[in-house]
Amino acid sequence: MPSHPLVVTSRFDRSDSHTLMGYEATGGYQGLRRALEMAPDAIAQEVRTAGLTGRSGGAAFLTAQKWSLLVDSEPRYLVINGDESEPGFCKDRALMERDPHQLIEGSLICARAIGASQIFLYVRGEMALAQERIASALVEAYDAGYVGADVLGTGWSIDIVLHWGAGAYIVGEETGLIESLEGKRAFPRTKPPYYPTTYGLYMQPTVVNNVETMSVLPWIVLNGGAAFAALGENRSLGTRMFSLSGHVNRPGNYEVELAKLSFRELFESPDYGGGIRNGNALKAFIIGASFPWLGPEHLDLKMDIDATPPAGAPLGSGIVVMDETTCSVRAAWRLVKFYAHESCGQCTPCREGGSWLEKIMYRIESGAGRMEDLDLLMDVCDTISPAVQWPFKWPPSMTTICALGPSIPPSIVSALGMFRDE
Amino acid sequence: MARLTKENVDRARATIALYPQMRSAMIPLLHLVQEQDGYVTRDGMEHVAELLELTPAEVYGTASFYEMFKMHPTGRYLVNVCTNISCMLVGGYELLAHLEERLGVSAGATTADGMFTLEEVECIAACTDAPCLLVNYRTFGPLTNRDADTLIDDLAAGRLAETVPVHGVTNRVKTRRFSATPGAAPAAAGTAALDAEGAASPPGPGATEPQSKDETSPTRKPEPGR
Ligand SMILES: Cc1cc2nc3c(=O)[nH]c(=O)nc-3n(C[C@H](O)[C@H](O)[C@H](O)COP(=O)(O)O)c2cc1C
Ligand code: SF4
Ligand code: FES
Repeated sequence: MPSHPLVVTSRFDRSDSHTLMGYEATGGYQGLRRALEMAPDAIAQEVRTAGLTGRSGGAAFLTAQKWSLLVDSEPRYLVINGDESEPGFCKDRALMERDPHQLIEGSLICARAIGASQIFLYVRGEMALAQERIASALVEAYDAGYVGADVLGTGWSIDIVLHWGAGAYIVGEETGLIESLEGKRAFPRTKPPYYPTTYGLYMQPTVVNNVETMSVLPWIVLNGGAAFAALGENRSLGTRMFSLSGHVNRPGNYEVELAKLSFRELFESPDYGGGIRNGNALKAFIIGASFPWLGPEHLDLKMDIDATPPAGAPLGSGIVVMDETTCSVRAAWRLVKFYAHESCGQCTPCREGGSWLEKIMYRIESGAGRMEDLDLLMDVCDTISPAVQWPFKWPPSMTTICALGPSIPPSIVSALGMFRDE
Repeated sequence: MARLTKENVDRARATIALYPQMRSAMIPLLHLVQEQDGYVTRDGMEHVAELLELTPAEVYGTASFYEMFKMHPTGRYLVNVCTNISCMLVGGYELLAHLEERLGVSAGATTADGMFTLEEVECIAACTDAPCLLVNYRTFGPLTNRDADTLIDDLAAGRLAETVPVHGVTNRVKTRRFSATPGAAPAAAGTAALDAEGAASPPGPGATEPQSKDETSPTRKPEPGR
């Protein structure tokens, strides 16, 4: 068993973890009670002390710093990003289904800290159970006085609106999510100027945070930011959830103390992956569909947000293990097909480049590839992300509005760089 | 093939009142149309346009962007098989091929009796339960071919009616709520919603009303041959 405290998954082994009764029996809403006795700034200060970074699995932005960027204008909104759809990621769905009250409590604490007047919980459309669990939890929380008018008799009023989407990966991008929440197509906005903390929902200052980021807050408020910062190392503080899938014996969502466990331990330990299937050797692993792949030489790296190459690249939340029997072309093709399909179509390099790359990869995969195709692939990648090369430099350059475009090349360039002979 | 029913118009008005700007209710209202008719009908979209004070083109344009909104009749059970990376590695494509054979349709098509629509989809956030699929957006996995056969048998025989409502119904739990933040909603919409709620059941400040978890869309029966 892990030696660290479980910050967000402590109730996962309880069958009633999604009910108010189960939640209150295990310390639920104590963090909110504490937060309501604190000044909003003091809440933000605890989060700053905790060194909490965004848990979406992309850029790990300091959460308290993001809050501090909110411009001084009313009303301001809190939008929770529950649109999880990155290939390999399924930890937010677990948090929403299995501990919806923890998410609600965390969101309330955040709203209190940033002075938000309304909370929008945007859940992915394809997650019916998560929607129902959150809806039931909201019914209970309103009835118990944790949400709504005059929360727990403090005079503070706040509403939470449960909103669910209708199927489009690009909604996960924060400005696409805001457009979608405004009832439009989820076309990402250009940043600058449309940073949500300045021009967010209805052009008002808005914080967009991930489900896990919110779910951590009750623990931080109750135990103190310092207790959180005592876990992990350097910038990798606290614990984080990782979805481990692919060719391991025990796929699952695991909460891990950052910077302590190596990938090898994650894959091999009987508490986590339990070894690669059939005792096979590892070929490569993916730490986020938009990031470069890693290989056996990286197994002893710690799960630290700054440790995985190239320098500056994030550590995603979905880790996909590929054993020696995997065809790297097919794996890269499948990821490219995903991005090609999910491009919102606003930018030409992403829209056209994605589908070209998919077609070329498919040709190679089905055995009709030509040697020139390899250079052609690099050429198209270069249009989407100029000067892209193996090994990677991070962050990738961009010719597009959002980061979906530059998410396409990494798997191709990785497959080419690591397994060109295939 | 119809506009929203009176009851659903009330629900639509209450939904609109949740948001500071009415257009935000676009996706929820389209879900309501799909819940009522099983897919997003033209009449339904026009009705949504009226309710949101938009042009029908604005509603079509938005609806067509989102994959869950089906513009054509869809099976009673929509089966989405994931073939993305984690699933592909452990047999997602094989599961899809098996279901194509079992149901006698290729991905994208609906069975002749209107019971099943089969689709290949991107990651459904159940990668740790791969290979997996959704039926009307409820997750099942990991599945062997035999598990998938059993699942289809159970669905066809109506044995999973409680877990899996008909296509179009997503969240069955109705949160009936009010606005704790006065002035957050446009006054007219807010009042209309309160009237609507008042007509349906006595509201109280903070009143929230769970509806039966087992409720499925009352207005729809399976339509053979759809
Ligand atoms: C293409 C794309 C897809 C994204 N998808 C998600 C997602 O599904 N869930 C999520 O929380 N963040 C996603 N993000 C990141 C969000 O834009 C945003 O940074 C995040 O929600 C902030 O939350 P955090 O600071 O709490 O991590 C995505 C970003 C991009 C560019
Ligand atoms: S990069 Fe792709 S997904 Fe992002 S805005 Fe441009 S076209 Fe849309
Ligand atoms: S890859 Fe199939 S559920 Fe994520």
